[in-house]
Amino acid sequence: MNPTKLVAVFAENHTGRLARCAGILAESGVNIHWLGIAGVNGFGVIRFLVDKTDLAYRVLKSRGFTCSLPEILAVEMADEPGSLHFLTSKLAEAGVNLKNCSGFVFNGRAIILIETDQLEAARRVVREQDLHELSEEELLSL
Amino acid sequence: MFWQKEIELLRRDELRRLQTERLRKTVAAVWERVPFYRKRFGEAGVGPEAIGSIEDLCQLPFTTAEDVRRSYPEGLLAAPRSEVVRVHTSSGTTGNPKAIYFSRRDLETAADVMARCLTMTGATKEDVLQNMMTYGLFTGALMMHYGAERVGMLIVPSGPGHTERQVKLMRDFRTTILHLTPSYALYLADYLERQGIDPRKDLRIRIVYVGAEAYTEETRARIEAALGVDVFNCYGLSEMNGPGVAFECLEKSGLHLWEDQYLMEIVDPESGRPLPEGERGELVLTTLCREAMPLIRYRTRDITRILPEPCPCGRVHRRIERISGRADDMLIVRGVNFYPQQIEQVLMGVRGVGRNYQILLEQADELTVRVELSASAFDGRVEGLRALQETLERAIREEILVKPKIELVSPGSLPVSEGKAKRVIDNRTL
Repeated sequence: MNPTKLVAVFAENHTGRLARCAGILAESGVNIHWLGIAGVNGFGVIRFLVDKTDLAYRVLKSRGFTCSLPEILAVEMADEPGSLHFLTSKLAEAGVNLKNCSGFVFNGRAIILIETDQLEAARRVVREQDLHELSEEELLSL
Repeated sequence: MFWQKEIELLRRDELRRLQTERLRKTVAAVWERVPFYRKRFGEAGVGPEAIGSIEDLCQLPFTTAEDVRRSYPEGLLAAPRSEVVRVHTSSGTTGNPKAIYFSRRDLETAADVMARCLTMTGATKEDVLQNMMTYGLFTGALMMHYGAERVGMLIVPSGPGHTERQVKLMRDFRTTILHLTPSYALYLADYLERQGIDPRKDLRIRIVYVGAEAYTEETRARIEAALGVDVFNCYGLSEMNGPGVAFECLEKSGLHLWEDQYLMEIVDPESGRPLPEGERGELVLTTLCREAMPLIRYRTRDITRILPEPCPCGRVHRRIERISGRADDMLIVRGVNFYPQQIEQVLMGVRGVGRNYQILLEQADELTVRVELSASAFDGRVEGLRALQETLERAIREEILVKPKIELVSPGSLPVSEGKAKRVIDNRTL
C-alpha cells in the first residue's frame, strides 16, 4: 500500500496566501479533497489532501512555497458513540503520541486522519484492533 | 608566502623607527598643507615639533567621519590637484559623501599592500579572481583589482549581480577566488543548490574574500561549508584605501594590520580616552604613507581589540580581532545596548534557520526579528516551527538581554541584496 501523504505548505499569516496556493493548484489541475490549516501567531501551515500529491508538491515548490509531504494514517471507525474513545485509548496504551489529527464523517463512514512520529506503532494498533486503514486510492475515492 | 618579505618580517624596533619617521613626516605635511589640520592643531595647542615619537600621537586631535564629510570635496587635500590621479567617495546616503584622494604613488602603495594580503592567504599568480563587487566610486572592487593584478592573477571583473552569468564565467574561466559581499555569497550558495550545481565538483573556487558588510564567524562558517572554500576575514574602509588595511593569514586567527602603513590605537568610543593594549574599543588609525590625503587619528567607529601575542606566521604586524561591531550600528532597545551582529551570530548557529534575516525596531521599543526558514528543515508541522520560534526567542534573549518577537517567513521572501544588505529597519520616532 502506498503511504498516504499530505502536502503541507508554510504560509505567513498574510491576506491571500491560501488563495495563491489554491490558484496554483487549480492551474495545474490538482483536485483538493481535504484541507486543514494550523495557525499560530504570525504564521501557519496549510495542509492539503490532493489527488496528485507529487505534482502539487512540485508546482508549489517551484513557485517559491516551502513544502513538505508528511505521511498520515487514515483509519475508518464505526460511526457510533465511543469509537474515537476506543481507538485513541488503544493508541495511548501503546504509547503513541498524536501530533495532528482531524476527523469527519462522510456517507456514513467515520474517518480519522492521524499524524504522528510513531506511524508504525500506530499502524500496529490499528491492525491488532482489526480496524480498517484506508489506502490513498480509497481515501481519494470517498 | 610573503609579498614584501622585508617589511612583513621587519624587527619590532625597526618597525618602530620606521613608524616614528613616517609619522613625523605626515604630521609636518598636514601642518604645512592642510588648513583644516593647522587650525585643529592650533586649537589643541600642538604643532609638528610636539611629535618626537609615536607615543606623542595622543596629543593630536581626532579626525571624525563628520570632519571628512564637512571638508568635501577637497578640504583635506595635502597635494596639488595636478598630483592626484584618483578620487573615491564613500557612501553618503544623506548629505555629502566622503571624498578620498590618491596620488600615483598612493595607488602603487595600496596595490602592494593589497598584494601582501592576498599572498598571505596563499593566493598566487596561478589564481583566477572573479571580482563580484561594484566597480566605481566605491573603493572595494578597484583596490582588490589592483592587488590581484599586482600578484599576477587573471582577473574577471564581473561586478555584482546577474548570478546565472556569474556561474558561467566561473566555469568558463576556471575561477579559483571570489570577492563579494557575504550576503551575496550566501545567495550564490542558495542559487547553486537550486540549480543542482555542486561547487566542490562543478567549480574550482578555493578562496573567498568577503567584505563591505559586517558578518559573523557563523556566517563565515556557513559560506565555507556551502561552497567548500576558505573564507578569509579582511578589514578596510574607504578612508584608509578600502580593503586590505588588515587581513587574516593562513592561521585565520585575527587580522594583521599593516603597521608600516597605519598607526593603530584603541580608544573608548564614548570618551576617546586611549585604552591599554588588549582591551576592546574603537579603532583609531593614522595613515603613515599617504601623500594625497593623510588622515590623523581617524575615528573608524569600528569596535575591536589588539591581539598582542606573536602570530605563528612570523609577521610582526600586530593582529586585531575581527570587528565585533560598528559604534554607529549599536542599537539601544529598552535601555539595553547591543549590535546587530550579536543577533546574526545566534541565528546562523541554529538549525532550521535559512539564509536571510531582518531586524525591525518599532514604536514602544518593540524588537522583531524576521527570520527566513530553511526549506529543507520544514517538516510540515506547526509544532516544529513553534519550537524554532521559541528556541530563537530564548537564545537571542540570552545573548542581548532583550526579548525579541520572532517572525518566521518563507525562504527567499526577504530582500536579497547583491550589494550591501540592509538588515536593520528602525521605524521608531523619538
